[in-house]
Amino acid sequence: MINEKMHLVEDLFGEGLKAVPTRNGFGEGLVNAGKKNKNVVALCADLTDSTRISYFQKEFPARYFEVGVAEQNMAGIAAGMAVAGKVPFISSYGVFSPGRNWDQIRVSICYNNANVKIAGAHTGISVGPDGATHQALEDMAITRCLPGLVVIAPCDSIETKKATEAVAEHKGPVYMRFARENDTVFTTEETPFEIGKANLLKDGSDVAVVACGPLVYKALVAAKELEKDGISVAVLNNHTISPMDKNAVLDLAKKTNAVVTVEEHQINGGMGSAVAEILSRNYPVPVEMVGMQNSFGESGEPKELLEKYGMSVDGIKMAVKKVLERKK
Amino acid sequence: MSSIHDDKIKKIEEKANEIRQDLIKSLLEAKSGHSAGPLGFIDVLSTLYFHVLKYDPKNPNWEDRDKLFVSHGHIAPAIYAVMAHAGYFPVEELMTLRKLGSRLQGHPHRESLPGLESSSGPLGQGLSQAIGAALAAKLDGKRNRIYACLSDGEHDEGQTWEAALFAAKYKLNNLTAILDRNNIQIDGYTEDVMPLDSLALKYESFGWHVLEVDGHNIGDIADACEFAKSVYEKPVMIIAHTIPGKGVDFMEFKFEWHGKPPNKEEAKASLDQLRTLGGKIKSEHE
Ligand SMILES: Cc1ncc(C[n+]2csc(CCOP(=O)(O)OP(=O)(O)O)c2C)c(N)n1
Ligand SMILES: [Mg+2]
Repeated sequence: MINEKMHLVEDLFGEGLKAVPTRNGFGEGLVNAGKKNKNVVALCADLTDSTRISYFQKEFPARYFEVGVAEQNMAGIAAGMAVAGKVPFISSYGVFSPGRNWDQIRVSICYNNANVKIAGAHTGISVGPDGATHQALEDMAITRCLPGLVVIAPCDSIETKKATEAVAEHKGPVYMRFARENDTVFTTEETPFEIGKANLLKDGSDVAVVACGPLVYKALVAAKELEKDGISVAVLNNHTISPMDKNAVLDLAKKTNAVVTVEEHQINGGMGSAVAEILSRNYPVPVEMVGMQNSFGESGEPKELLEKYGMSVDGIKMAVKKVLERKK
Repeated sequence: MSSIHDDKIKKIEEKANEIRQDLIKSLLEAKSGHSAGPLGFIDVLSTLYFHVLKYDPKNPNWEDRDKLFVSHGHIAPAIYAVMAHAGYFPVEELMTLRKLGSRLQGHPHRESLPGLESSSGPLGQGLSQAIGAALAAKLDGKRNRIYACLSDGEHDEGQTWEAALFAAKYKLNNLTAILDRNNIQIDGYTEDVMPLDSLALKYESFGWHVLEVDGHNIGDIADACEFAKSVYEKPVMIIAHTIPGKGVDFMEFKFEWHGKPPNKEEAKASLDQLRTLGGKIKSEHE
């Protein structure tokens, strides 16, 4: 049963739903944050358009800084600005930031407790034709381990907009990841968003699917199709990877005794790993993980790649059936 | 014309000598840490803290203070010793260096010790942070100055040059950088490990105004810092030529002293030399 309190779009499985890249929501949210707080500033490393930080640049040219192809420097400058009271957003592709500048994020930003917001665009296999070099599939693993760093993977453009505004208000460093492709917009302005609070989108009693990012929608579709086979599936939008909403995960695990995690990320070290860490220490149940199974990606159309690597509706359904087998 | 009186120079020289002794004592007590770099940079740091910088140790977060970012965090023992003498904390606390629960972490931790502008240790990160502070100061219309101290070894790091490009692009005339040109790093002399000369020409071609000083001449350091304020269109790089291990003859110019503390005998010999200014005066502590 879809949770009405989540105010998802009316025709959740209809043909007519809009599809928008999550990064657009980032661009819009950042402009709103900039209007609200004049201390919000933005920096970019030669990817102003594709990260959508261009929206902010247009609105606030004096508060925008082009650093060139220099992600390490960008992280450091942002740290210096943050300590001086600014709220800097830095943006590049996830493979370069936090990929290239992890040490700077660790020390200049996190160890300094600098109020910097790191925006990683083009994450996940759905980056597509650019190939493995540009598909960030390890970014959550290398960020969620950093003390004090909040890590967020929003599920659609509206949630990304809300997350961006919330992140601007949050005191402390944050990493957010976005996708490149048009992804189904299935939440609404009324859908709640709170950092660190997972959203139970659909209740269910046989299996809990814990998902993040645009794959949350695929999890909902899979859950609906599984109902026809008589399998009751709960779907949790687990948008905050760190600090994770432990209670939400545990409540569902206790209810269903079987968990499937779903993310566009390596299964080693990602959101699913974080879920497994919580379960193994508190309430061990069988877990199956949908995500990159320890390999690099490759070129292809996003849809083809998601299917090939199992991050599809079918992939999720198979994982649900597998975990049900193990539950017996 | 000099920007600093002779008697003040003398005072700072004496202070620096005292600080070198406290540094040796704290390294001996800590049983680990760096000797050569810290000894070599104490004259610059002392000139900054006792003449150049505007700050209030009783109110370390004073909004209009000048800000100093020391990028080569391994010279922490020198930073701490100078800060103690500048009034940020009691000199006795230097004896907690590197110990469990101490505010004087092996490499500086901003959150632990009020007065530090940044955490540092991983080389190459300081100039970027100083640039961030300089940009923020400009956005806020502030008239304070931002200082960055860099080592020569960290000029092997790409980030340092990324930052150099950026500072020139944004004409950060509220930024003064001081390069600790001591010609050593861990694996040897910088020119053997990775030749850096001419750093002056490199920075000039990157769009900086470059000054060169004897990093042990308090008057010259003070003058260069004063002159830097009058350069309008560019950030200023002061290349301070320093002697690693300065003040202790068996450490001077020796990269082997980059990362080890003196043992008991070496500490005693060091303190004797410092007290007598290398035999120039008689020590009263014999
Ligand atoms: C990114 C990074 N790599 C390696 C080190 C280890 N390290 C510490 S000090 C140092 C030598 C660098 O030379 P310099 O900064 O000139 O130090 P000096 O010997 O003059 O004190 C190195 C390689 C480090 N701190 N950071
Ligand atoms: Mg050196």
